[in-house]
Amino acid sequence: MLDDALRSNRLPAAPGVGYKPQHFAQILEQAQPVAWLEIHAENYMGDGGRPLAQLRHLSEKFPISVHGVGLSIGGEGPLDAEHLARLKHLVGWLDPASFSEHLAWSTHDSHFLNDLLPLPYTDATLARVCEHIDQVQEVVGRQMLLENPSSYLAFEESTWSEPDFLREVSQRTGCGLLLDVNNVFVSATNLEFSPQGYIDAYPLDKVGEIHLGGHDEDQDDHGHPLLIDSHGREVVDPVWALLDYVLDKSGPKPLLVEWDTDVPDWPVLRAEADRAQAALDRVPA
Amino acid sequence: MSVSQTAFRAALLDPSAAIPEGLLDAAAHPAGRRFNVYRNNVAASLTEAMHQAFPVIAKLLGAQNMDGLSGIFLRQHPPSSPLMMFYGEAFPDFLAGMEQLSHLGYLPDVARLELALRRAYHAADSQAAPADALAIPPEDIMNARLEFAPSMQVLRSEWPIYSIWRFNSEEGAPKPEPGAQDVLITRPEYDPLPQLLPAGGAQWIAGLQAGKTIGVAFEETAAQSPEFDLGATLALLLQGGAITSVIIERLAK
Repeated sequence: MLDDALRSNRLPAAPGVGYKPQHFAQILEQAQPVAWLEIHAENYMGDGGRPLAQLRHLSEKFPISVHGVGLSIGGEGPLDAEHLARLKHLVGWLDPASFSEHLAWSTHDSHFLNDLLPLPYTDATLARVCEHIDQVQEVVGRQMLLENPSSYLAFEESTWSEPDFLREVSQRTGCGLLLDVNNVFVSATNLEFSPQGYIDAYPLDKVGEIHLGGHDEDQDDHGHPLLIDSHGREVVDPVWALLDYVLDKSGPKPLLVEWDTDVPDWPVLRAEADRAQAALDRVPA
Repeated sequence: MSVSQTAFRAALLDPSAAIPEGLLDAAAHPAGRRFNVYRNNVAASLTEAMHQAFPVIAKLLGAQNMDGLSGIFLRQHPPSSPLMMFYGEAFPDFLAGMEQLSHLGYLPDVARLELALRRAYHAADSQAAPADALAIPPEDIMNARLEFAPSMQVLRSEWPIYSIWRFNSEEGAPKPEPGAQDVLITRPEYDPLPQLLPAGGAQWIAGLQAGKTIGVAFEETAAQSPEFDLGATLALLLQGGAITSVIIERLAK
């Protein structure tokens, strides 16, 4: 269980965006760009060069959230000690405002599959995920936030609902939660449950950050909608509405707009951040 | 029915494999093509990583061929680490082993050049020795040893890899002519800069990397490449900020 002194989420309850190197100059030139930036940890684990130079520069002006995409916290095998050491190093020198990872797996038998793969919600998974999060928080030396996945299918063997599973992980490990409302909407559509019902069951008091992103639409074998978490377009209206539903219950939170594929010009991304600000403005502090 | 990650991964990487039982849709039907979302994510993201990592190979082969080749490569050599910036280390040898590509013998070395450019891009920062670091008496120069920036890379090839790389990366670059080429990559600031090394340059740099003095490495190089131009090679290294220190050991008198 995490020491209270290590709970150090310092993100402002304001909009941030996922940082893309092509926006570097515009972010620095703008008088009021965004309140904070999120980086994918793995892109800043080289030894030097432009990526780290840009990150050092940005970190002098913006709170930074370090968001890992490769730790494989749900992996059946042990965590990759080398990768954990790299995370510790990055979080150590950068001292980011927040540090987060995913409820998913991506590495098996030392093969990294470059995707966030799904987990059955069982007692065995719960024990393993908690053990890994304990290890991460101990090695990295601070609290992490755990993000809910986008689901395209369900496991027959699951015995926990996702909100209950996340609540239990948070209670056992002391980790915080990163609530991705787009992922909730995608999973709710794909697995035909109520997104509002999910939020009602979800421990909003543990939320240190909220993610927003765009998704693509497809169909499954039976002609049912199959939404795909692509981060390649604007956030859709029903996801903004779900955000309002969350913020009405939770109060203001740090909001992040993710746009990772077909990255748009800065003004388009900035407009999404403005829309996030509008969502915050209608919530009493 | 429980689904192990071993079974999940096997089905992910083999599009013809049966989808593991125990994966369902909302109506408790077998997941079917929903599983393909994960298959597509893995294959598409790794294929995209290969295009980004090897733009010249992709141009030489054409985008469709590169897609097909990436599809085979990523299944034989999935990433061994989450650092996608270094994915593709095994690609040059993979290309060398493809019989259908044996008529394009230069491809593996061009891929090695693209890998070296990425290594240079992500290498540790270093402080270049001052421009006058070698403004010392000639006998001191010959007894000096050099240390190089971590970003410096040298490639030797039987093929004109520098010309091939340039022709496919720069508008209006001259057409490659047959012949062996050695390439020096420096990183003056943040952008790796490949340049053609004069004959013998690669051997001379290798000698210095092995701890030999400028003079000893020069004599060994000149014995094999009498036309070796020490001044031109030094100038490339100095201009690229690739020399980080000049260590002078004066002989005791």
